Amino acid sequence: MAVVTYRDALTQALREELQRDDRVFLIGEEVAQYNGAYKVSKGLLDEFGPMRIVDTPITELGFAGVGVGAAMVGLRPIVEFMTWNFALLAIDEVVNAAAKMRYMSGGQFTMPMVFRGPNGAALQLGAQHSQAWESWFAHIPGLKVCTPATPADAKGLLKSAIRDDNPVVFLEGEMLYNTKGEVPDGEHLVPFGVADLKREGDHCSVITHGKMALVAMKVADDLAKEGINIDVVDLRTVRPIDVEAISRSVQKTNRAVVLEEGWEICGMGSQVVDFIQRECFDDLDAPVLRVHQEDVPMPYAKNLERAAKPDAGKAIAAIKKVMYLD
Amino acid sequence: MSTEAKRPPVPSPSPSPAAAQKRKEKGTPGDNGADAARATELAPTTPGVRRELLHSMLLQRRFEERCAEAYALGKIGGFCHLYIGQEAISTGVMSMIRPDDYVITAYRDHGQALARGVNPRSVMAELFGRQDGCSGGKGGSMHIFDAKTNFLGGHGIVGGHVPIAAGVGFAIKYRRGNQVCVCFFGEAAVNIGAFHEALNLASLWDLPVIFIIENNRYGMGTAISRSTANEDVLVRAKGYRMDGESVDGQDVFAVRECMARAVERARKGKRPTLIEMRTYRFMGHSMSDAVSGTYRTKDELEENMKRDPILLLHNRIFEAGELTEGEMHKLDDEAKAIAQDAWDFADASPEPPLEKLYADVYADTSS
Ligand SMILES: Cc1ncc(C[n+]2csc(CCOP(=O)(O)OP(=O)(O)O)c2C)c(N)n1
Ligand SMILES: [Mg+2]
Repeated sequence: MAVVTYRDALTQALREELQRDDRVFLIGEEVAQYNGAYKVSKGLLDEFGPMRIVDTPITELGFAGVGVGAAMVGLRPIVEFMTWNFALLAIDEVVNAAAKMRYMSGGQFTMPMVFRGPNGAALQLGAQHSQAWESWFAHIPGLKVCTPATPADAKGLLKSAIRDDNPVVFLEGEMLYNTKGEVPDGEHLVPFGVADLKREGDHCSVITHGKMALVAMKVADDLAKEGINIDVVDLRTVRPIDVEAISRSVQKTNRAVVLEEGWEICGMGSQVVDFIQRECFDDLDAPVLRVHQEDVPMPYAKNLERAAKPDAGKAIAAIKKVMYLD
Repeated sequence: MSTEAKRPPVPSPSPSPAAAQKRKEKGTPGDNGADAARATELAPTTPGVRRELLHSMLLQRRFEERCAEAYALGKIGGFCHLYIGQEAISTGVMSMIRPDDYVITAYRDHGQALARGVNPRSVMAELFGRQDGCSGGKGGSMHIFDAKTNFLGGHGIVGGHVPIAAGVGFAIKYRRGNQVCVCFFGEAAVNIGAFHEALNLASLWDLPVIFIIENNRYGMGTAISRSTANEDVLVRAKGYRMDGESVDGQDVFAVRECMARAVERARKGKRPTLIEMRTYRFMGHSMSDAVSGTYRTKDELEENMKRDPILLLHNRIFEAGELTEGEMHKLDDEAKAIAQDAWDFADASPEPPLEKLYADVYADTSS
């Protein structure tokens, strides 16, 4: 297995799928000549040419719609948003068009397309550029939503997303592009709706996804030194969501903390807690706690930003609380 | 469309008209040759005003040079977009509007804030993310807001604030005021749907808004020729039955004249205007973008830097014999001192207190 960055793992997935199927093309701002705002499409223009790696003006609504139209008649677009914050301008095409085209047409028109780009807060980018959107899109029937945390999952899920005949919202971690990890050699696909147990322990379950899975793994390693062993259930896709994996873990540990990057109200955690109370009501030894961004737009100042974000310290406090250790 | 756009260029006092012509052919912003000494009917200047214009532009330049330094030191974080090279626009525009007028802009907002008269200390403190910043450290570089000067913000989503400007114009009309709203954005924003909706509304409803396209010819790494089917962005004015003008944005006098017409049109005629100000950014798109060598050549950059708006203004004032070398240095030293003072102030300002985290999410937290 080679160790590669999250960014390179994504590039590999794009390259392999572009090679595999000539209906696949990549479209978005700065994806071609500039090699991608975050360099995920580096080298692809040279290899595949301008019909398949397509630079657009700053027209999110327009090029997302172009993707939808092309998908309706048989192409397999990958629409890149420079960041998901700008996808708000295109949400009509994602939600009102792509997500329901098949249903509205009684199954006549499928939407084999991917909307992808960086999601979540980076560092000090302020309120309009620091947002995690997974619960918005997970809310919508007709969409699938991926939130890979590691290079291996990024590659495997992106390849699956491109091959999927449904519109997939693919949320890359803006802070993850430079992180490294092992990626299996050869063809590597990760199925949707299958969580990955990233750490194993009996004392508490931490259910998470995306960038927060890395935080959870670090927390697991730190707590292990104190003799506290936790399960880290990385959902990997939040729609479909692996309810079985969640129940399996909670039924074992009897305690759970749900950790996510986004806001609390109607966040992913709300849904996970609902599954837990339905599936594991009699197994719980403590109320489930949630760790998430504070209920404020992201502030710019370093100290306020730190205070607003979920982090290892907040996760550890919650774990100790559900274990009645605090 | 105004006939002004087709006005023959005023004879140029520049030392080498031939060189200016050559630059024009290469596609750099043309020098339409406004003369510092000329007192136009619409935007007359006195030696004192000219000196103020120079001071305003120098302040922006020196201030932002310190921003780059502070960014390298980690005192400023996140995205930081410098305005260097475009200062004649902010200065020229702000010099033609009243304190009760409104200004709204995109994320490349430091220069405009300073030219508008936002306190440099509070701008720098905002960039440093400190308590005494104009937004208490919560906004950052892209979101400079200052109610005192009717500066309605730096906005981070391309084109998103253009309809907001129409809304401000709507409010002015609603209250039967005679203010104007000036809205700045880059040339790449003219392809965004929001821009088109805003222009249509402003024209349809006779709103006193001046839409200013700062055409620096690139949106990040994309040249306008690669993003815009009709590079003549002014045709968009015609499409919405709006007056439009194109002006040399490196020439502060040309900017002022053009603004004089647009302001009059808005205040008296209650009509919007679309203005293209041709300019060039001398720095990278943001701090992480190379200045040249990727999507634009070093030659192109250097060619354009010859038309540094500060240099152009300085030369004119200097040639007119209004300023000695020594006085010029004094002006520059003053600008540097203000930038230094802003830095010191920002550096000494404390981080915002943690209890501010939840402040101002809502206007009234009791419900
Ligand atoms: C809707 C949207 N899409 C993409 C971006 C990312 N982005 C920020 S600035 C920029 C380029 C804008 O260029 P232009 O409007 O010409 O202004 P300039 O930066 O040249 O001042 C891009 C693509 C954004 N902020 N908003
Ligand atoms: Mg531009």
